[in-house]
Order: sequence, then structure tokens, then C-alpha cells
Amino acid sequence: MQADFGRFTHAVIRAAPDSLAAQALRSGPAELQVDMEAVRREEEQYVSVLEKTLGLRVVRLEADEELPDCVFVEDPAVVCGNTALITRPGAPSRRKETEALKTALANLDLNIVEMTDESATLDGGDVLFTGREFFVGLSKRTNRRGAEILADTFQDYAVSTVPVLDTLHLKSFCSMAGPGLIAIGSSEAAQKALKTMQQMSDHKYDKLTVPDDLAANCIYMNLPDKGHVLLHCTPEAFPESAKVFEKLKDHMLIPVHNDEKRKVDGCLTCCSVLINKPSKV
Amino acid sequence: MTTEVGSEPEVKKEPEKSSEEAQAEQQQQLAEQPAEPSESEPSAAAEPQPTPTDSTKPDNTDQQENAEAEPSSPPPSSGQKKEKGISRFLPPWLKRQKSHSQVEPKESSSPTDTPNQTLTEKQEEEEKEEEEAEAAEEQVGKAPEEAEKRQEEAGPKEEGEAVSPVVEQPAETKEVKAEVKEEVKAEEVQAENNSVGSVETQPAKEEKEGTSAEKKGEKGGEEVQESSVLSPLKLGKKMKIVVCHVTLLDGTQFPCEVEKRAKGQYLFFKVCEHLNLLEKDYFGLSFKDNADQRCWLDPTKEIKRQIRNSQWQFAFNVKFYPPDPSQLTEDITRYLLCLQLRQDVSSGRLPCSFVTHALLGSYTLQAELGDYDPEEQRLDSIADFQFAPSQTKELEEKVVELHKSHRGMTPAQADVQFLENAKKLSMYGVDLHHAKDSEGVDIMLGVCANGLLIYKDRLRINRFAWPKILKISYKRSNFYIKIRPGEAEQFESTVGFKLPNHRAAKRVWKVCVEHHTFFRLTNPEQPTKSKFLTLGSKFRYSGRTQAQTRQASTLIDRPAPYFERTSSKRISRSLDGAPVISVSDHGHMLDSARTPGSGENGHDPALELSSDSKSPQVEEEAEPGKGAVAGAVPAELPFETGTDGADSSETKSAEDKLNSEINGQPEVIEVVEETVVIEEVVKAAKPKSSAPEVSVTVASSATEEVPEVKEEEEKSASSDSESEEEAEFHPQSPSDSAHHIQEEPEEEQEQSQKAPPTNAEPQQDAEPETTDKVEAVVNQQKEEDEKTPGEETVVAPEDAPNGHHVQDGEEALTSLGAVAEEEEELEPCVVNGDASHAETERVPQVICCSEPPVVKTEMVTISDTFAAQKTEIATKEVPIVHTETKTITYEAAQLDGTGDGEPGVLMTAQTITSESLCTTTTTHITKTLKGGLSETRIEKRIVITGDSDIDHDQALAQAIKEAKEQHPDMSVTRVVVHKETELAEDDD
Repeated sequence: MQADFGRFTHAVIRAAPDSLAAQALRSGPAELQVDMEAVRREEEQYVSVLEKTLGLRVVRLEADEELPDCVFVEDPAVVCGNTALITRPGAPSRRKETEALKTALANLDLNIVEMTDESATLDGGDVLFTGREFFVGLSKRTNRRGAEILADTFQDYAVSTVPVLDTLHLKSFCSMAGPGLIAIGSSEAAQKALKTMQQMSDHKYDKLTVPDDLAANCIYMNLPDKGHVLLHCTPEAFPESAKVFEKLKDHMLIPVHNDEKRKVDGCLTCCSVLINKPSKV
Repeated sequence: MTTEVGSEPEVKKEPEKSSEEAQAEQQQQLAEQPAEPSESEPSAAAEPQPTPTDSTKPDNTDQQENAEAEPSSPPPSSGQKKEKGISRFLPPWLKRQKSHSQVEPKESSSPTDTPNQTLTEKQEEEEKEEEEAEAAEEQVGKAPEEAEKRQEEAGPKEEGEAVSPVVEQPAETKEVKAEVKEEVKAEEVQAENNSVGSVETQPAKEEKEGTSAEKKGEKGGEEVQESSVLSPLKLGKKMKIVVCHVTLLDGTQFPCEVEKRAKGQYLFFKVCEHLNLLEKDYFGLSFKDNADQRCWLDPTKEIKRQIRNSQWQFAFNVKFYPPDPSQLTEDITRYLLCLQLRQDVSSGRLPCSFVTHALLGSYTLQAELGDYDPEEQRLDSIADFQFAPSQTKELEEKVVELHKSHRGMTPAQADVQFLENAKKLSMYGVDLHHAKDSEGVDIMLGVCANGLLIYKDRLRINRFAWPKILKISYKRSNFYIKIRPGEAEQFESTVGFKLPNHRAAKRVWKVCVEHHTFFRLTNPEQPTKSKFLTLGSKFRYSGRTQAQTRQASTLIDRPAPYFERTSSKRISRSLDGAPVISVSDHGHMLDSARTPGSGENGHDPALELSSDSKSPQVEEEAEPGKGAVAGAVPAELPFETGTDGADSSETKSAEDKLNSEINGQPEVIEVVEETVVIEEVVKAAKPKSSAPEVSVTVASSATEEVPEVKEEEEKSASSDSESEEEAEFHPQSPSDSAHHIQEEPEEEQEQSQKAPPTNAEPQQDAEPETTDKVEAVVNQQKEEDEKTPGEETVVAPEDAPNGHHVQDGEEALTSLGAVAEEEEELEPCVVNGDASHAETERVPQVICCSEPPVVKTEMVTISDTFAAQKTEIATKEVPIVHTETKTITYEAAQLDGTGDGEPGVLMTAQTITSESLCTTTTTHITKTLKGGLSETRIEKRIVITGDSDIDHDQALAQAIKEAKEQHPDMSVTRVVVHKETELAEDDD
């Protein structure tokens, strides 16, 4: 279970609809203009890194103009091992995003578990899988029932809940930067959440503290030929935080632009569902 | 026997017992004697025990000589226990003698006994049955009148005797059946005491000394018989043999004959021997209690006492799941762990995903069947294996598919792989208990190697690692953990959980104590040796810690034992299979090598002996079906007379009642339910449990200058009570002992404080006299229902000094007020118990023995208050977490009707809590300055939690004895015994 943490073979992504610019949910100021051209460029780079640089097989889903937030595929599905939990996103406008994703994941021969309980909500952005256990942020988008269903789905792992009050998602200020290494923002809320996680866990985690909460969202992979790989923020976006990542000598560091999607609360992890499908013997 | 109040049943039983017991005891004693020396040598802990026994013996010695009464009790265990109790009562010099005589306890005891002979004669039969000490207590309890006579006669007798009257009264009030029960309880208590004191303490020493002790222990059962054989006396006795049925991990049954009074370790040893298991510290025997809850068989206690009326049916299980099974030394140990985990997985107790089910299943197949063989293994045959709670064809196919990939893997390797995957499961080794949080929300408490996990549904909502936990305690049906303050926090916090009943709370507490000790400590904690106020012993994990067992495992030097793997398929289908594991000759060798320290095997002659003595009791117990009764032990805080105006009035009324009752048997019904109060004493937190069981509160105040007056001492020959309503456990981590250390020092301080005053006064000797002075008021509620053992409150108020209540504000207040209320309310209705808790049915009998105020103190019968509290509590159902701050109100004490008008100046206040298997003792020590006199007041609250059999009388007596022993200079001013029973639960 832990040995292959970060090992991925496939990535599912979804194109951004034009409706994103105007209709995508956002916690920031609504006036903030989203440049769809920039979004496309970011998307291209993102996919390019996954596909060409890292050699993952990328499954692209069509955009749906009815679903402005559909680019953020992390939220409608949580994949661990060969089980995919199709969630019930906390935002009603996003509930239908699960359909396309479910189909795509089923096509990858994953065991599909659907969250049908109408009292449950869960966004994948609130789910932090450390390789040893899950932490689920209880936020505006995710409730306890959703976390329970996740626990029922992934019974091998402990599922601990972490209150998330100030940010959209748990992973708005943290993510895994390596095996047993949690990247965490510097804000009070982030540090508090980290403490909660540390207390709840039987395992010891190292922390990588970055000055900017949003910069703490990065993508870690452990790939056969590449070793430790980390997709992180660019120096342009978060210069101080980027310096922290650059100190990780053992990692293959890949700065990824995410400035436009960040305007609609998009983080690096939000834009893909990573899957490990070992080739059959 | 108890001539007076019809204790016919007892008498009957007793005679039988007496004859048998006497013989057995004699035999045992003989056996013990030889054994004891050896034990004593190896372990220092053992030594103290023998001495106490001696002391007890002196009291009862006459009987012993006659071979009638006292000898009957199995010399080793019972003797020790009794000894302890008795010794306490005995004056120091007697004790010393005893100690000297340790080698030959009987002899020494006999001479000393003479004084008590008169008493003993009456009770001889009983005594025979029970341990000596118990007998004495019982006697007292049975016939108060007799006790008085005795006192007169025995004037010289020890304090214990004086106490005895009190005990007797309760007994009288109780019906015959009740008496029997009490006896049984007493015995148990003693047993516990023995176990606690000797066994627990011994383990460490034993381990150190190692082999010698273990060897003895290992020989265990055989030795017992041998010992019996050895002793001519024993020849006459008949060993009562019971066949235990132990379900092994492979599903087979292992029938094992044990002596009826054998301790858990004896059976456990036999099973391990049968399994050829050396690394046995990870395992244990479990049984289902009346409520169908799984309980661990305490190796240090008699089996009979633990299972009560249940079948002699046990299961061999993994108790401590090693976090890293690869560190186990032997394959056979891993194999057994695998078997346990397969059960856990297939039963759903260890949840895991489909993939994991398949993977584990595939390793199971590889281990059981070897390489995949397409011809032999077809799906229909695979279906015989139970891989998961709900097994699908899909799963089976996946299992087979994975099985194919394990080709070439040996069974041992497959087991290793199985364990490597199983150990990663989040619920691996987590012992779950249903509970509610402080808001009444259903949660689960998970005890594991690293600490305590809190789950709400499937979600982990909190976790308390052992290093974070300062104290573990339970009170009644509440379970508390005190949390070390965080970085930003200044104060310790206490988190409370509500469990379904008292037993459940106790069970969690015990499991926590054991897990903490096993996984976190290097050496088991030594039960605090009776320091001052320590009544009873503390429950502690007595086995080896993981560190120790690992170390011991390195010494295992035997060829890998052959063992046969039982195809799990066969197991699942039928239990007919022969035991899978063949016992190899190596077993003995191994055992000896491995378990040097712990006398787990129960080979100790003493243990065996004790078992014999107990056997009669067992019978008795069965009859009444008292099991339920014992369960409730209300922990009462010691309320000292000192009271506020209101309290005093209440108390007065109570007293009146008591007085009236004295002759007759006043009925005071105390509601079993007591408020759950966690007292945090300034330094050490003492949980005062108002548990549903028996609490004995002994308040002793020593006024240095006025020692004479206070000489009154109550002697209750009460046996140690096992019941623990409340228990505290201060986990000490090897590294971080800061808190602990603090606490302990406090205790020491207390002791030191107490000690000085006590020395001056030789009250113990005076006790007989004091007894006269002390008027025992016994309020007994005759409960129509024998089933519900009421609470007994024995109050021996002597001095006003009692006023020093260091009690927690809540407790004290509640207790006082409550008591009064309860008496009134309770008396009429037994119904109180019905209140929310399972405890509903309790019909507590309150026996209040109030001694006329000796010197200064007026006798305040607190019984009412207790009751009141309880009642209130019951109704309200106390919130789970009570954190009480003990406020030492010295002033209040002064307020008491007692003579002291002057407010004292509180010099120091300490609270010490100690725990034994069934007993929680909270000691409050306050030192005050009044008008130039320094007064040290010690309040002890003893909560005995017993399932069904607790001899309150004995408990009381013992408490008093201990108090006297510990503080010879001090006088016992008040003793309150409160008994709470949770019938409902038990019945359930």
C-alpha cells in the first residue's frame, strides 16, 4: 500500500468549458476576469507535463458548457488503488460532473462506488491521501456523512476528519509532497489543520512549510523512471514558496502555471485524477 | 459460624466447606509453606505477602491448628490476602512477627491467633471456608452482637475485630443468601488482593529473577496437586476439578481440567503448553460474561470468580497485536496470530477492502494448501474458506488468481506476507468499545498499541496517544482520560466518555491500562505497595511488556517446533478436527525459559491453594445467582462528619435513622448510581467514583495532641473487596514521567505527612477498647430482594476533625445532601435503580454502622448523603465527564457539629488514588492547624467494583484494617460503606 505511493500510470483530465470564465464558482472577487486563452495555455502545459514529460496515459474528457467547473475533476471522484469513489460534490451545480467521470473511470476497470446518500457531500479537494491514511476536511463542500462513505469505501485505511473553516478545501493549503511529507501553508488555519492531522495519525509525517497556502498544493508522483516528481507552483506566482520547493534535491521539480484557474479556486491537484493501474501480469 | 441471624444457608455451606476446606487449607498451607519460601526468595514482592499472611494467621491461628477453620483457606493465596488484611489490623509488632514467620506462616499465625480464637470459633466454619481474614470479617459481619461479645472477650483483639461488628451487621441484614454472597465476595476480594498485591508486584521481580519463579509457576497445576499430596492434611481434601473448554484459534476445542479454584494463569499456561507456544504474552483467554461481552480472564485471579455463573468456556485469543509481527521469534506464534486475524477479518471485526480480502485470502490458501494446484483447487472447494464477512464469487476468483502468484512460497512465508498486509490495516489491533461522548453521541473507543482512538461511525475523530494521556480512570459507567496540556495550553483537560454500564467502563479502563503497559512501558508498573492509605491494591497489568517478551524471545532456543496447520476450511466447516497444533516436548523447556518472571502459569502453590478454598464459595455463588448484584459498586467518597449546616441536618436525620436502625436493622437504601465525579486534587487527581459498587470510606484523623480520644477503631474483618468502581491509572511513559512523577511524589508526601502523626499513637493495640467506644450503627435495609445487594454504609464517626473535607466540592456537597435524600427516598423504594442507567434495579442495602462519636466527633451518618447523591445521579444521569476540582474546604469541616469551633488552617492537602484489580482507593490527606494543634486528616475512599460478589463487610473491615495499619497513630473516625448494585446490567 505504501510502497507504491505516488505511482501513477493514468491521468484523467477534462477540458475547461468557455462557461468557466463567467460561471465557475469562485470564492474570490467575482470581478476577477478569467482569460480563457490563458486557461487553455495552462491546460496545455499541464497535459504536456503529464503525458510527455512524465509518460502518463492521459484520458481527456470533453468539456461540458453546462458544467462550468467541470475542469476540476478531482472533486467528483476519489481514486485509491483500484477503487473509485464517485462523490457527491458539495456544490449542487457540480453534481452532474460525476457522470462523465464515472464512465471514464469505469472504462479503466476501476471498481466504482457511488455516493448515493443524499445527505452526503464530498469534494475530492477535501480528501488528502497520505499513502497510509485519509484525512478528510469537513468544509462547506464536504460533510461528515460524505467522509463516512469514503471510510466505508476505503476500509483499509483510517479516515480522520479535519475541520476546514477558512478555505474552500482541505487541499487548498496542503498536499503530499512526498512519502510521509506534507506540504503545508503557513497560515494559522493551515498550521492548525496540520496539528490536527498529526494528532490523529499513528504515523509520523514530515512537513514542508511554504509561505503561501495556495502554493502548498502540489502534485507528487513516484514514477518508475523518474523517481520523485513534484509539480509545484511557479516562481512567478509564489516566489518564496517556489524557493522552498527548489530545496528538494531528491525531487524532479516541475513548475506548473496555474494562475488563471486559481482565480476560480483551481489548484494543481484539482485538474486531474491520477490512477495507478499496474499492467496485468 | 454466624450463630445469630439466620445464616442457615451459610452455615450449611460453611460446614461443608469447613470440613473440606479445612483439609484443603491444611494441605494447601503445607504446600504453600514450602512454596512460599522459594517464592519469597525470588521476589521481594512475595515476601511482603507472606508476612501479612502470618499476621492473619495469628488471628485465626487457632483454627489452623485445629485444622478447622482458617487452614481451610488455601494457604498461599488466601493466606496472603488475609494476611494483608489482618496484618493491617494487627499492631506493628505482630506484623513484624508475622513477617519473620513468613517462612512458616502457619506456625507464627497460630500463636497470634489465640486472641481471636473465641471469635474464630464461632466463625470457624465460615473461616474454614473462606480465608482466615475473611472468616474473621464475616464473623463480625454476621453477628454484630457476637462481635460485641467478641470485642469484650477479645478486648485484646485487634482493630479488625472491632470493625467486624460492623461487617456483621450488614450480613445480618442481608439474608442468608446475601451472606453467602458476601462471603464469596470476600473471598474474591481476598483473591484479588492477593493477586494484586503479590502477583502484580511480583511480576517484575519474578521476571528479573526469572526462571526460578516461572519454573515454579510453570509446574503450576501439577505442582499444586503435588503440593497437596505433599501435605498430609491435604490428602483428606478432595480437589474439585472442573473441565474448562477452551476454543483454540483453529476452532478446535481443548478441554482442560483445572482445580475449581485455579487462577486464570493456570488455565492459560495449560493452553499454551498444549499449543507449544512460548511467545505467549501476546495472547490471553477470554470468556463471555452474562451480558455476552467478551472479557479477558485475569491470570492473577481465580477463574471461578471471574466467570461467575457463566460456563467454563473460554477462547484463546490474541490480546496484544504486535505492531510488527515480523519481530516475533517463532513461526508458530505468527501462525497463531494469523489464525486470529483470519477470524478477525472473516468476522468483519477487522474491516478491509475487497482487494485486501483477496490478498489475505490468497496468502491463507498458500499457507494452508501450498502452491496452487488447478486440479485440486476448484472454486467450489475454495468456497469453504471464509475470507470475508460477505464472500462473493468474485472475491473467491480473485483469491484464486492471487494464489497462483504465490507459487513457491512456504507456509511460514505466506504467513509473514499475510501479517505484513494485515498489520497495515487501520483497525489492526484496535479493540473497540461502544461509548458515548459527553454530548451523548455514540462513538467508539479504540484501544490500540499507540493509544486511544475515538471513532464516530467509521471516522476517526480523535486520537490520544499514550504520551498524551496523563491519567486513565473510570467511575461508575464513565471513563476518563486526563490529557496532557498542549503547547499552548496551560491546563490539563479531562475527557470523559459514557459507557453502557459500569462493567464496560471498567473493561475499557483495564484494557487501556494493559495496552499502555504492554506497549509503552519497558517494565510493568509495580502496583504501589500499600503506602499509607492505600486500601487494596491497584490493578495493573501483571504480565510482561512487549519489550520484555521480545527480550525473552531472544532467549528461545529450541528448534522450530513442529505444528500442523489446520486447513481453515476444515475449521470453518466443523470443529471436529483434532487440535491442530501438536504439543511438543519442548513445551516445558520453553516455558521455563521464557516465562521466568511471571508466575502466569499459576503454578504457584499458593494460587492453587487459594483456589481450593474458594471452591466452596463457587458453589454458593451459583446458588443465589448473585452475579448481577455484585456488579454495582458505588464509589462513595468518604464524607467526613464535617458538614455544612444543611449537611449536618441531613446527616443528623441520617444518624437518627441509623441509630434507630442499629438495633433493628434500619433500612437505608442507597441508590446505586452515584455521581460520577472526577476529582482533581491539587496535585494528584483522585477520581471519586460513585460507582455502583461498594465504596468504603475510611476517614482517619489523627490529632497529634489528642490521640487518646480517638482511639476508637473500628474493626471490620472485611475482606478486601475487589470491586472497583473507580480506578485511576496514570500511564507512565518511560520517557515522560514528569506528570507521573509529580503525582507519585505527592503520594509520598502524603504518606510522610500522615506517617509522622501516626507513629505517636499506638492505637491499633487499643483498638479493642476503641471498639467498645465505637458504637456501630448498622442501618440495614432489608431488601426483600436478595438479588439487589444494597449499599452498605458504615459510618464510624469519631471526631469532628472530620470536618476537614478535602473532598471535591461537588462530591462532598452532593454526597452529603444526596445521602440524606437518598435515605428517605431510597428506603421506600428500591426502584431508584431504574433510573436511566442499567443500574436501575439495584436495591441497595445501606448498612450504617456509626460508632458513637468517640471523642470529639459526632457520629454523622452520612449514609443518606450518599444515597441522595446516588439518587440524584440516577435520575439525571450524570454527564460523562465530571471534572471536579477538589476544593479543600477546611472550614466546612469545622462547621461540623463536632466540637471544633475554630477554623483550622489548611496546611496541606493531598489526594492519592490507587487502583487494584477491583479496588480503587482514593486518599485524601489534609493537614490542618487548629489552635496550635496540627491535625492530619486522611480520608480514604475505596471503591470496590465487583461484579457480583463483594463482601461489603469484609471490604469494610479490610479498609479499616488497612487504614489502621497504615496509620497506626491515627484513629478511624468514620467508615462508610456504600454498596451499589447494578442488577439490570448483570441480568441483561
